[in-house]
Amino acid sequence: MLKKTLFSLVLAAALAVGTTAAAETKAAFVYVGPIGDHGYSYQHDQGRLALEKELGIKTSYVESVPEGADAERVIRQLASSGHNIIFTTSFGFMNPTLKVAKQFKDIKFEHATGYKRADNVSTYSARFYEGRTILGTIAGKMTKSNVVGYIASFPIPEVIRGIDAFTLALRKVNPAATVKVVWVNSWFDPGKEGDAAKALIDQGVDIITQHTDSPAPLQVAESRGVYAFGQASDMKAFAPKAQLTSIIDNWNNYYIDRVKAVMDGTWTSTDTWHGLKQGMVEMAPYGDAVPADVRQLADGVKQAIIDGTLHPFQGPIKNQKGELVVKAGEVISDADLLGLNWYVEGVEGSIPK
Amino acid sequence: MDLLIPAMLTIITAATPLLFAALGEMVTEKSGVLNLGVEGMMVMGAIIGFIAVHASGSVTVAIFAAVLAGICMAAIFALFVLTFHASQVPTGLALTIFGIGLSALMGQNMVGIAYGGMPKIAIPGLAALPVVGTLFFQQDFLVYLSIAMVAAIHYFLHKTRAGLILRAVGDSHDAAHAMGYSVIKIRFMAILFGGAMAGLSGAYLSLAYSPMWVEQMTAGRGWIALALVVFACWRPVRVLFGAYLFGGISILQLHAQALGIGIPSQVMSMLPYLATILVLVIISRDVSKIKLNAPASLGRPFHPSR
Repeated sequence: MLKKTLFSLVLAAALAVGTTAAAETKAAFVYVGPIGDHGYSYQHDQGRLALEKELGIKTSYVESVPEGADAERVIRQLASSGHNIIFTTSFGFMNPTLKVAKQFKDIKFEHATGYKRADNVSTYSARFYEGRTILGTIAGKMTKSNVVGYIASFPIPEVIRGIDAFTLALRKVNPAATVKVVWVNSWFDPGKEGDAAKALIDQGVDIITQHTDSPAPLQVAESRGVYAFGQASDMKAFAPKAQLTSIIDNWNNYYIDRVKAVMDGTWTSTDTWHGLKQGMVEMAPYGDAVPADVRQLADGVKQAIIDGTLHPFQGPIKNQKGELVVKAGEVISDADLLGLNWYVEGVEGSIPK
Repeated sequence: MDLLIPAMLTIITAATPLLFAALGEMVTEKSGVLNLGVEGMMVMGAIIGFIAVHASGSVTVAIFAAVLAGICMAAIFALFVLTFHASQVPTGLALTIFGIGLSALMGQNMVGIAYGGMPKIAIPGLAALPVVGTLFFQQDFLVYLSIAMVAAIHYFLHKTRAGLILRAVGDSHDAAHAMGYSVIKIRFMAILFGGAMAGLSGAYLSLAYSPMWVEQMTAGRGWIALALVVFACWRPVRVLFGAYLFGGISILQLHAQALGIGIPSQVMSMLPYLATILVLVIISRDVSKIKLNAPASLGRPFHPSR
């Protein structure tokens, strides 16, 4: 009896949701991690909150969704419960998103960091490497030991692109500087990330940068008295003295624009790769340790990237063997950047296979 | 030498959480109960410890709170497997999943808050010794405690009557029952002790190792601790050795990378598990070797009526 009552209640609730949804726009988000990671998924969720505030619409989200069969179930569930636009925010959601999109032609899908599109599936990503160019510039000016540490997650083009952009900028202002890379094989393991930071500092590194999601390396930098850069969000709370600046993922405007487009009926399938210029990549305020001339230089680099007068992957670029790969005056194309799998000159070690 | 001492210091901090959790699990297993919920108890210890230090400002309070959190989690497990005779393996797995979820819920407002870290305590006189002083006598309280626990547990298991009874319960609960010992009560205590140690391990993570709270910050260390118990053949001193070995491998591979020595880091990440499988293979080849130390009743439910 109780079961039956419960069931009819749930059914009634579902019906109620179904009828109101037809009248208004509803957006849904699928996250790969917990929104409490203070990093990647957290920033996507900040975008969702900004969307709610700006447009006053209802949103839903599902966090910690594993990439694979479960993702398809979650996306299908969201598609059949009255959402008009669904953002799937991790690379591994690519195929499930396309599969579900095929069956729900009226619903718009937005997939982050992927490369497969359809009439109702857009892709979007951010040019985080532009931010890394600024970090490299600051690091090159501020390192005393001329060895900079880089904590990396997985050897995929996205991460290698960051290492290369950072190293190119670093050596542009300081040709003697080199980069030590440590791979921790995780996006998120505070203990291991902290250990990697300690190992790098023990080996003479005086600036730490990272492509992993926790603030642990900054905490280590703070306690050891070296400098560091934040990742994905402003991590100054963890390292008030050590953080020089931070790359911030800002999805707010993109999410607002895309949902607006759905409401206006102007939405089309697009491929977006935005950077500093569009504000999808932002820099946190400089730390007190950054001197005025370095700030000026970094601001100049940022402005040049925004104006289009400077490209982070502008030739001449040499590979690790010292061979000229990109001639002066040429740049690496977007297509090549998306598949980047080699280190530039100045990075120590080799990419794990 | 310049590199060796800092590397050793990092190894100690990496090994300590493994040591706590593995010692606790070892005592639980010695009583014949396999608790796969180490990760869940640990992560609860981490969040409760962090909330407590944030609320009270006292590390002592935080450590007690974390221990209590581990004990509460362990009590849930004990209630199910001992009182309701639920199967140990799925109950332990459920405890891990439950702990990860509950800690995330409780920690929602703790994300993004920094904590300065546990104070180091220099032992007067000894701390001034070259090398040894820096390594072993300028640590935080929990590191000292972890080493003391190895000695205490070794003494308890092998030199006291109570330890003998605990081992008897783990080896043959029917015989222990026939002798008049309360198998359920002893196992309950052993499980709670395991929970308390996992709580300490969690407290070390969120108060000393990386002093902050982020979801799932244990990142699989509970599973490594479980593997460590088998690797150590249920002996406290070997658990100490194993924890420092596993910790050492993970730190040295980071140093190797920074030095540009090309060992695939993925291989290093699997090493603890590979070593455990190897030990399992070796000890299972020789039945007499297992009989020497593996608790014979491990994982088998006990019904006093039989």
